[in-house]
Amino acid sequence: MMEPGLNHILVISAALFFIGVFGFFTRRNLVTMLMSVELVLNSVNLNFIAFNKYVWPNKMDGLFFAIFVIAIAAAEAAVAIAIIINLYRSHHSIDVENAEEMKF
Amino acid sequence: MLAALTLVSGVLAVTTRQIFRAAIFLLFSLIGIAGLYFWMQYDFIAAVQIVVYVGGITVLIIFSIFLTQQAGELLPKQKIGRQIFSALAVFCGFALTMLQLFQHSFKPTAGQPVLPIVANIGDRMLGVAEDGFALPFEVVSMLLLAALIGCIVIALRSKPATS
Repeated sequence: MMEPGLNHILVISAALFFIGVFGFFTRRNLVTMLMSVELVLNSVNLNFIAFNKYVWPNKMDGLFFAIFVIAIAAAEAAVAIAIIINLYRSHHSIDVENAEEMKF
Repeated sequence: MLAALTLVSGVLAVTTRQIFRAAIFLLFSLIGIAGLYFWMQYDFIAAVQIVVYVGGITVLIIFSIFLTQQAGELLPKQKIGRQIFSALAVFCGFALTMLQLFQHSFKPTAGQPVLPIVANIGDRMLGVAEDGFALPFEVVSMLLLAALIGCIVIALRSKPATS
């Protein structure tokens, strides 16, 4: 059993990224699509931290990028949920098929 | 172990048909990621992960589920063709990433490692020296303020104008 290193973390985060992308492709409900996006953002954070730990341990840039990504993800989730609730008020449904007024 | 927890609950979160269970599986996946941060000895990031994601975003998602969904209602079944095509696309992307990953070898840079403790993080985050992060910090705080105001403006419009 070898010591887990950078490659193992990268495999985990790539798998998590593509799980999120799969959810984003298949789901048709806005809340579950938002959850998939959260999975993708978390995998990116995991990547930043892993690179910071294993490749550049003398800097802290990856850590700060992870912190800023977390802050922006929180803001994004709040705005998205406000939009979803507003959409539910006007359409009584949050499927993306039912909100197609802005479709070209 | 932590990776298995994270990945299995991630898969269940995007495939289960009960939306509330999907939120709970997402919660477990985020806890698994926080455990990975603890395992890499990045304690501050792990704490932020638990507070912001597990405590904040998941509760927000669960509340929005309660506000927008009838309880116990199953999500409609997806078209099987769409599922097959997206699984195929995702698998191709994953294989391509793995191929790139195993062909490339990362060399760690030499140098004195900086411990990711809170004192160092605070020094760097508010530092205005060459490697300080004061300007992005301010930009992110302005972004958060704008997002909060935008949320209130979007969500609290009480009377629709057309009715």
